[in-house]
Amino acid sequence: MFSYIFSGDFPRSKLLTLLLVVIVVGLVLTPWLFPGSRSMETAMRIAIFIVLVASYDLLLGYTGIVSFAHTMFFGIGAYGVAITLNEMGRGYDAIFIGTALGFVGSVLLAFLIGLFSLRVKAIFFAMVTLAVASAFTLLVSQLYQFTGGEDGLTYSIPRELSPAFKLMKDKVFGVSINGKLVLYYCILFASFGLFLFMLRVVNSPFGRVLQAIRENEFRAEAIGYRTVIYRTATNCLAAGMAALAGSLMAIWLKYTGPDTTLSLNIMVDILLMVVIGGMGTLYGAVIGSTLFIMAQNYLQELMKVASDQFSAMGLPLLPDLIHPDRWLLWFGILFILSVYFFPTGIVGRLRKAKT
Amino acid sequence: MSDQLCLNLQGVHTHIGQYHILQGVDMKVPRGGVTMLLGRNGAGKTTTMRTIMGLWQASQGSVTFNGSDITKMETHDISKNGISYVPEDMGIFSALSVKENMILAARTGEMDEARLDWIFQLFPAMKKFWNWPAGNLSGGQKQMLAISRAVIEPSSLLLVDEPTKGLAPAIIGALTEAFVELKQTDTTILMVEQNFQMAKTIGDTVCVMDDGRVVHSGKMSDLAENEQLQEQLLGLSMGAHQ
Repeated sequence: MFSYIFSGDFPRSKLLTLLLVVIVVGLVLTPWLFPGSRSMETAMRIAIFIVLVASYDLLLGYTGIVSFAHTMFFGIGAYGVAITLNEMGRGYDAIFIGTALGFVGSVLLAFLIGLFSLRVKAIFFAMVTLAVASAFTLLVSQLYQFTGGEDGLTYSIPRELSPAFKLMKDKVFGVSINGKLVLYYCILFASFGLFLFMLRVVNSPFGRVLQAIRENEFRAEAIGYRTVIYRTATNCLAAGMAALAGSLMAIWLKYTGPDTTLSLNIMVDILLMVVIGGMGTLYGAVIGSTLFIMAQNYLQELMKVASDQFSAMGLPLLPDLIHPDRWLLWFGILFILSVYFFPTGIVGRLRKAKT
Repeated sequence: MSDQLCLNLQGVHTHIGQYHILQGVDMKVPRGGVTMLLGRNGAGKTTTMRTIMGLWQASQGSVTFNGSDITKMETHDISKNGISYVPEDMGIFSALSVKENMILAARTGEMDEARLDWIFQLFPAMKKFWNWPAGNLSGGQKQMLAISRAVIEPSSLLLVDEPTKGLAPAIIGALTEAFVELKQTDTTILMVEQNFQMAKTIGDTVCVMDDGRVVHSGKMSDLAENEQLQEQLLGLSMGAHQ
C-alpha cells in the first residue's frame, strides 16, 4: 500500500524518513501540539509551500527549466479565488469556480509562454518568464477595480469554514472544533494529495523522460522524444499546481495581495527552498519549505532568547552579534552555509550518506 | 549486404556558428553490413553523424534515408524513422537506473523480452548492473548500456560514434564481438572509429574523411591491405594503429 501511495519512490534514507514523518505528524497535530493561531498559520504556510515548491521542483529539478514566473501562476490561482469570492460572495460555488478559473488560466498562460519560448536557450526562457511575471504584477496593480491594486482584496469564506462556526460544543484536548480547524485539515489534506500526485507524475514514464531531458536534452531527442512537448507539458503542469497552491493560500488567508502572492521575494524564497531541500527529489520540497518557513518565523525569537541569555551571563559582543534585529544577516549566513555544505540539498546529502 | 542504399549524403554542408565544418560530404552507405567512417581528428566525422541525426542542420545538400529525404526533419522524427544513435559521449542518463535508461529507449515503455534476452547475451554484464544508477557504471559498462539502448528497438540504421574511445583492450574485444553479432541482424551500421584493428575486423565498406569531405570510399578489406593508401589517407600505417 505504501508503495502505491508513494509511487514506489521512498525517501531512501532512515534519517530522511524520520524527518519527513516528524514534519507530517507535526503538521497533522499542530492544532493540538502547538495551540494558537500563529503556529497554525505557520503550519498552513508550510503545507501550501510544499505544493508550490514541489511544483517548481518539477520545472527546475526534474526538467532543468529556470522560470521566474512561478509566483505569477501562484498569484493567478489566488486571485481567481479572491475575485470570485469578492464578486459572488462567500460560497462554495465561488471557491470552486475561482479555483477552476485560476487553474485553467494558469495552464493556458503557461502553454502560451512555453509554446513561444521553450525552444530558446534556458537563459532566454528565464528572461521571458521574468518579463511576463513583471508585466503581470503591473497589470494586477493597475486593474485595481478587480484586484484591489496594491492593497489587495479582503473577502469572506463560507461560514462553515470560519472560527465562529462550532462543530462541537466542548473542546477536544483543549482545542475547539470549529470551522477554521475543518479548513485547516481540508487544506492540509489537499496539499498532501497534490504532493502525492506530483510524486506519481515524476515516477511515471513521463517523469523519466523529464529527467532524461534534464540530463541530456539532445540525447532524449535522439531516442525519439519531442522534448519541446514534454517541456511545455511540464510547464503547464507546474503552473496548474502552483495555481492550486495559490487558491489554497487565498482560501486560508482570506486576503490576496501582490505581497502575499506575486512578489519577487517569494520567487527567491521558492528557489532557495528547492535548492536547500534538494533539487529533483520532491521530498526536498518538504524539507526545504519546512526549514525555511520555520527559520523565517522563529529564528528571530530564538536569537532573542540566546541574546538575552548571553547578556545575563555578562558576555561581551556576543549578545549584540546575535541581537534579534540582525536576524536577516544570520538567516542569510545560514543559507550560504547550507548551500555550501549541502550542494545537492539536504535530501541529496542524506541519501548520499546512506549509500 | 545489398546494393541498395540505406543512407545517401549528397553535397552536405554544415556550419557550426561561424565555422564551415562539412564542405560537401558525399557518402553512400549500402543496406546491411558495417560502413566505417574514418579520418583524422577534426575531419568532420562526428559532425557528419550529428548532421544525419538532425542535431546540426545541414545548410546545403541532402540526406536521404531508405529513399526518403530527412535533411530538414527534426531529430525525434529521424529517430522514429528508424535511425538509432550512440554518441561519442554515450549520452547516458546518469541519474536514472540502467533499467530506466532502457525503458526510455523502448519508448512504448515495454521492452520486448526476446530482444532483451538477446541484449543480455551480447552483454551479459548488463544483467548484473540492471538496477544500478547508470552514473555509477564504468566507461566500458556505460558504452555497453549506450549500445544496448540503441538496439532495444529494432532500427534500420545504427550510428555509432567512437565506441572504443578510452576503453581497456578487454572491453574493446567484447564490443568487437558484440558488433560482429549485430552484423548478423538486418541493421545497417555506420561507425566512426579510430581503432583501425576493430575497423578492419567488423567493417565491410569504408569512407575516409578529410577537411569536411569524403576523400575515399571503397571496401574495407582493400584499405586494410593497402598500407600506402592508409598512410596517404590517415597519415599512419595500419601497423601503427594496432
